Amino acid sequence: MVTEYKEGSVGAELGQREFKVVGTRPPRPDGVDKVTGRALFGADLTAPGMLHATILRSPHAHAKIVSIDTSAALAMDGVKAVVTSDDFVKQGGSGNQDTLDNCMARGKVFYDGHAVVAVAATSVMVANAALKLIKVEYEILPHETDVDAAMLDSAPVLHAGRKFRNIPEGNNANVSGFWEFGHGDIDEGFAKADIIVERSFKTAATHQGYIEPHATLATMGPDGRGEIWVSTQGHYMVRDLSAAFVGMETSQLRVTAAEIGGGFGGKTTVYLEPVALALSKKSGRPVKMVMTREEVFRASGPTTSSSTDVKIGMTKDGRITAGQAKPRYQGGAYPNITAMLGAMTAFASYDLEAVQTQAWNVLTNRPKQAAYRAPGAPMAIYTVESVIDELCQKLDLDPIEVRLMNAAKKGTLSSYGPTFDEIGLVATLEAAKAHPHYAAPLGPNQGRGVSCGFWFNFAGNTSVSMGINEDGTVSVIEGNPDIGGSRASISMMAAEELGIPFDKVRTIVGDTNSIGFNDVTDGSRVTFSVGLATIKAARAAIQNMCGRAAQVWGIDADAVDWVDGAAVPTGHNAGEFPPMTLAEIAADSAKTGGPIAGHHEVNADGAGVSFGVHLVDVEVDPETGFTEIKRYTVFQDAGKAIHPDYVEGQMQGGAVQGIGWALNEEYIYGEDGKLQNAGFLDYRIPVASDLPMIDAVILEIPNPGHPYGVRGVGETGIVPPLAAVANGVSHAAGVRMSELPMSPPRILAAIDGAK
Amino acid sequence: MSKIHVSTSINGDAVEYLCDPSETLLDVLRNRVGLTGAKEGCGSGDCGACSVELDGRLVCSCLVLAAEAEGKEVSTVEGMADGEKLHVLQQKILDHAALQCGVCTPGILVAAKALLEKNPDPTETEVRYWLAGNLCRCTGYDKIIRAVMDAAAEMRGA
Amino acid sequence: MVKVNLWGSLRSATGGLTEVEVDAKNTGEMLKALAKKYPALELIIEGGVSVAIDGQIYKEAWFTPIKPDSEVVLMPYMKGG
Repeated sequence: MVTEYKEGSVGAELGQREFKVVGTRPPRPDGVDKVTGRALFGADLTAPGMLHATILRSPHAHAKIVSIDTSAALAMDGVKAVVTSDDFVKQGGSGNQDTLDNCMARGKVFYDGHAVVAVAATSVMVANAALKLIKVEYEILPHETDVDAAMLDSAPVLHAGRKFRNIPEGNNANVSGFWEFGHGDIDEGFAKADIIVERSFKTAATHQGYIEPHATLATMGPDGRGEIWVSTQGHYMVRDLSAAFVGMETSQLRVTAAEIGGGFGGKTTVYLEPVALALSKKSGRPVKMVMTREEVFRASGPTTSSSTDVKIGMTKDGRITAGQAKPRYQGGAYPNITAMLGAMTAFASYDLEAVQTQAWNVLTNRPKQAAYRAPGAPMAIYTVESVIDELCQKLDLDPIEVRLMNAAKKGTLSSYGPTFDEIGLVATLEAAKAHPHYAAPLGPNQGRGVSCGFWFNFAGNTSVSMGINEDGTVSVIEGNPDIGGSRASISMMAAEELGIPFDKVRTIVGDTNSIGFNDVTDGSRVTFSVGLATIKAARAAIQNMCGRAAQVWGIDADAVDWVDGAAVPTGHNAGEFPPMTLAEIAADSAKTGGPIAGHHEVNADGAGVSFGVHLVDVEVDPETGFTEIKRYTVFQDAGKAIHPDYVEGQMQGGAVQGIGWALNEEYIYGEDGKLQNAGFLDYRIPVASDLPMIDAVILEIPNPGHPYGVRGVGETGIVPPLAAVANGVSHAAGVRMSELPMSPPRILAAIDGAK
Repeated sequence: MSKIHVSTSINGDAVEYLCDPSETLLDVLRNRVGLTGAKEGCGSGDCGACSVELDGRLVCSCLVLAAEAEGKEVSTVEGMADGEKLHVLQQKILDHAALQCGVCTPGILVAAKALLEKNPDPTETEVRYWLAGNLCRCTGYDKIIRAVMDAAAEMRGA
Repeated sequence: MVKVNLWGSLRSATGGLTEVEVDAKNTGEMLKALAKKYPALELIIEGGVSVAIDGQIYKEAWFTPIKPDSEVVLMPYMKGG
């Protein structure tokens, strides 16, 4: 369901443009390949003479590597190459060195599953047999996997001697990041409150849970030139890091993005790619590497776990007087900025006079966290939205009215610094309030939860190139792996701008040698940034085509306009000529100056923030503690929805990942620091029978920063469900859950505890 | 270790292969027969991305030994379309935009086909429980369920 | 002169200030001037920052003009998933 936006200055102007292709729902161009099994994902490619490589991983949570003896493995029949951290080039920046050390442990292993040695052999079976012959001597060290415990002075130190910037006195050596945001006088704000609620919350680490494990095929010849085929969110990133890690120039490494079987942020870094490349370099043969699901859980991804203190003051009529949040996140053994993003987003939905957030990132003996859809925001906003809900309960106020009263709008000084431009939170809340779901009756043991959510959305470096073919069709090359239907939306925007039908355009994701650099597919940036560059590339091609028509007509290029896919003379002295269509201009292109193309390169800005509001009805079984999702509605400010099916898909998919985070998903570590549930049986992501239909209501509040008003939509959807479900549970079961996931035993314990 | 010779039928074609006693049907389909439509998402029967039919029974091919296919009929996603004409389920998945990354799609299609062969008029709940063994992380299942229900309706009408 | 708002934890680099003034006509000049005036900010700026001008967040656009009355906020480098 798409709701057009009618009011607002910039938005209204943008909203008046009449689109022909944008806003329709054509079949996606890669669809047939994906329903027939023809689409080639990361693990689907083979090369002649290909070897298979597997990895020996640490069985310890924290240990010094005393020695590695690979001689017996190398001597085994069928083994062609072995690599350890010694086979890679030391990096200048600490960020890249951390990524490399995570690919192949250097000196120490930091978590259960940390890669230590890789072996390439004639088959997976031979490679795995060879791993058993490798002797690694470890000196086991004490470990810690809990964020609060890792902050204690008694905690084992992971990176002794390493200095992290801007860490205030009083923090131990595991604190790798500290950030503070906010404005106003927080004490004065709390003094104005009629009621203050202060609570502490915990959320478990969850995994992105893409169904396709990491997979790559790398080849490098004695000439020093390499190729990588890989399932990734960013093949330029894979190129740059892999080339740097094996010590080659980027131009000598061509990386092609496979079809990607899900990423959600988890494929924005490298794990296998540099290793496969190094093994290929050593063996002189193509090397394929595919993670098992257990490896995916133990050694890739997860998001941070969190522990957060929140304090909010409110007047008795529902105005928030002050908000304070102190999120502490652990993201494994290497530094990251997820806690910072949590601190920035925690109160972003609200117009506050006094707000303060302080965030800590803490190192623990867990895998290096990877970005997960709106990284940092879901857990921070869960804590704030839970406390606001409790305040509404205590003051007997309507939760949407209270949010409306405090909602951020144009001109609000945001909790993270800048003043908001045109944003859609109020419209989104109004839509939720007016929706039949909000007024529907509830049954016994049922409760309704509400939560707001926010994500920045990012833009960034983008290159697009398009060729106008002689038969009047258009070939577009972009450089961002298509993770959820972006080739469809890019083709639609090209068709819209050029004034031709959707099916005349084919968009492909080019390899790293096809076009200029592109940032990773992340931050909900692709439809916005690649769309922007596509529109600009189309305009460059249009300018060229107008020039051709002007020459044919013998008039000034300035006197030619582009209307509905054709050049037309315009102005008083232009003369009378029938429109010259794109196909006609293209057919004669060889005679009028050669091939016609358009390209655009930009470090895009202006992505436009996005807000969402989720409504959920849950039913809690008081005997088992099991929570069933009865009804779910997502409202999101999506800007202009290019292909509404895929906008809805992002909203629905994000909501369900958030439901999983709220109810079931968690990394469980034993006392020994080993991950105990490294499989889909024990790490339970939502299945079809867990869920009702997820209604998606798109609010189109156009983004002034994009020619068509596009905003990113991919990430916001995962933010509200954690609190929405928790708030629903608190109304259904009468218990306020302060720890995620709200698995049946936890809910049951809370119900029993409240008796 | 000596290999096992297997004669089987895959999507109606007679196929022979040699396999290791420990090799799974999924490995053989992907690595020896060249049919990469079935995907390995977990290798433990939890995700359903490798779903195929074996003598009409829906199985996770990662849990079937390749040697077990001897004398049986294997149906994979590659066998669903009839030349250029897509199976109704394939068309409905496209019409409803019921895929995002598409890696679970082959398994969902094979599983849904097996359901409709047994139960041409399933309720939404029946579809949800039948597909509970096929994990999709992108869509939240909404559009998939709609596509399968719509396909069932069309197939009943046809 | 432009007023630049800094995120709270940068106070340690500016002697306790979260609002500082530098002479600059665009973001590149502003970042250079900040690093010169507050040497402790140099490493942070080199490590990557974002700049919000009148509500719009820019990653590394040196030539984005800043008007004297613009709202300028120095923000950490951010990344999504």
